[in-house]
Amino acid sequence: MPDTSLPMTERSAAPPQPVRFRGGGFTVKGHRWAALLAFVVLIAVWESTNRFGLVSELFLPPPSAVASALAAMAQDGSLWQHLKASLMRIGVGWVMGTVAGMAVGFAMGIGSVARAVGVPLVSAFFPIPKIALLPLFILWFGIGEPSKFATIGFGVFFPTVIATYSAIDSVPRNLIRMAQSFGLPWASILRKIVLPGALPGILAGFRITASIALILVVAAEMIGAEYGIGAFVLTAGNLMLTDQLLAGVLVLSLLGLSIGTVLSILERRLLKWR
Amino acid sequence: MRLIIKDLCHRYDDLVVLDGIDLTVQEGEVLAVIGPSGCGKSTLLGIAGGIVAPTSGTIAVAGEVPDGCLNPITFIFQDFALLPWRSVEDNLSLVLEHHPLSAAERRERIESGLRRMGLWDFRKALPKQLSGGMRQRVGIARALAVRPAMLLLDEPLSALDAQTRELLMEDFLSLWQRERTTAVYVTHNLDEALRLADRVVVLSRRPGRLREIVTIEEPRDQRLEPSAQAHLAEVRDRLWHLIRAEAQLADREIADA
Ligand SMILES: Nc1ncnc2c1ncn2[C@@H]1O[C@H](COP(=O)(O)OP(=O)(O)OP(=O)(O)O)[C@@H](O)[C@H]1O
Ligand SMILES: [Mg+2]
Repeated sequence: MPDTSLPMTERSAAPPQPVRFRGGGFTVKGHRWAALLAFVVLIAVWESTNRFGLVSELFLPPPSAVASALAAMAQDGSLWQHLKASLMRIGVGWVMGTVAGMAVGFAMGIGSVARAVGVPLVSAFFPIPKIALLPLFILWFGIGEPSKFATIGFGVFFPTVIATYSAIDSVPRNLIRMAQSFGLPWASILRKIVLPGALPGILAGFRITASIALILVVAAEMIGAEYGIGAFVLTAGNLMLTDQLLAGVLVLSLLGLSIGTVLSILERRLLKWR
Repeated sequence: MRLIIKDLCHRYDDLVVLDGIDLTVQEGEVLAVIGPSGCGKSTLLGIAGGIVAPTSGTIAVAGEVPDGCLNPITFIFQDFALLPWRSVEDNLSLVLEHHPLSAAERRERIESGLRRMGLWDFRKALPKQLSGGMRQRVGIARALAVRPAMLLLDEPLSALDAQTRELLMEDFLSLWQRERTTAVYVTHNLDEALRLADRVVVLSRRPGRLREIVTIEEPRDQRLEPSAQAHLAEVRDRLWHLIRAEAQLADREIADA
């Protein structure tokens, strides 16, 4: 006993040491102005490379030239004309693909026969790059709008099917059992439990399909269209009007951004409960 | 209402879960069911409530249902099973909407259920805004709104902390004091069984067989009295003795699997 108590007293005689803080880092703090600053710097650098003649204006026109090309397009009305054509194609194609995809996805989500038939088919068709089918759709539907609707709709359809039925799978089973135990009829369970429970997954799918629609509309317009942002970008490229080309790209990215914003607002509205 | 279970067996594919269960839940009694993990307690309850189809055997009910009963056999769930997108009052409304009730009667049922559980001020809240105890109170209020003849409770308190559990047990006690609703109460917790049950069914480890039924003589409202402690301690020892070896074996089994 004495030889264990001796070091004890020795140790306790030492002065108390402060506990060193070691929990720093690995947390993300918000820096409000960093993103804005990065943009400003990027645009300034880009602008100055042209001003100092480091890059030819043909290959990379400065932001000011892109802005004035955009302003000119807005003024002569061609911006609106092209944008209208693209929006209409995205709208019609996306709605068609989404409505059909949700219907099929729902059937596969709740029906075991539909699932057994659907899963292999969807897995087989899903990886096809849909733009490769445009020539076929042009043969079927002609060079006009329907072939573009079909390409976009087809591209949107499969991801929607997958998002919808996996969203239904992720609806907690216990909620469905609860509803059954209270005697809710089948249709009520579908409407009051399955549909709202699957909504987060379905909306997440919208985000993916919206970007697919945007890619496909540009590709389809580059293959055969008079109007549309894709056609405009292609024409500008052929004429080496790179300022207009970049103005078109800018419009596309703003379009993508606004679709994303609309979806975010929708999610915040509909999924307040999360 | 009485519930009569006869020669019940249940298998999930090749896994025999329940074997030869014969059991009658008497009118107005609270029957606790204890047994080791995975012995088929939840399955038994699911079969009793008609949401799991048994492999063989029969389940029948007999006796009166209370006035205005919309769903004679009603569950209260361990995980509460509330719709997260519906407010508290709308979660109660969910189980009434498919019945032909007048709007006034529906409102009356929701209000009385919420007031009984002290939830009236929280009626507009979403489940995520409530504590675990309050969520389970919503589950209880929802069950009361259909005026059940029999409650099936699957470990209703095991997702809650000890203090909340104590408070909820008081809620159950006052419920059974007033309504005398027949109940089957599945639990892991001997203390809950000893506080709430009239009889305790002990199941063996899987496949769950009926090992013993222990009756607790003490009236429910006197179980905290000093005079009751000797008897309760005796019952507790007996129950623990019955499940200890089973639980130990079941524990090994699960670790092996
Ligand atoms: N749907 C199912 N399909 C296949 N096996 C299942 C299913 N549900 C439960 N089981 C298995 O059956 C056995 C009994 O399950 P049950 O949930 O009834 O037990 P329990 O006594 O309630 O267990 P716990 O104490 O963990 O709640 C377990 O081994 C479980 O893994
Ligand atoms: Mg269980």
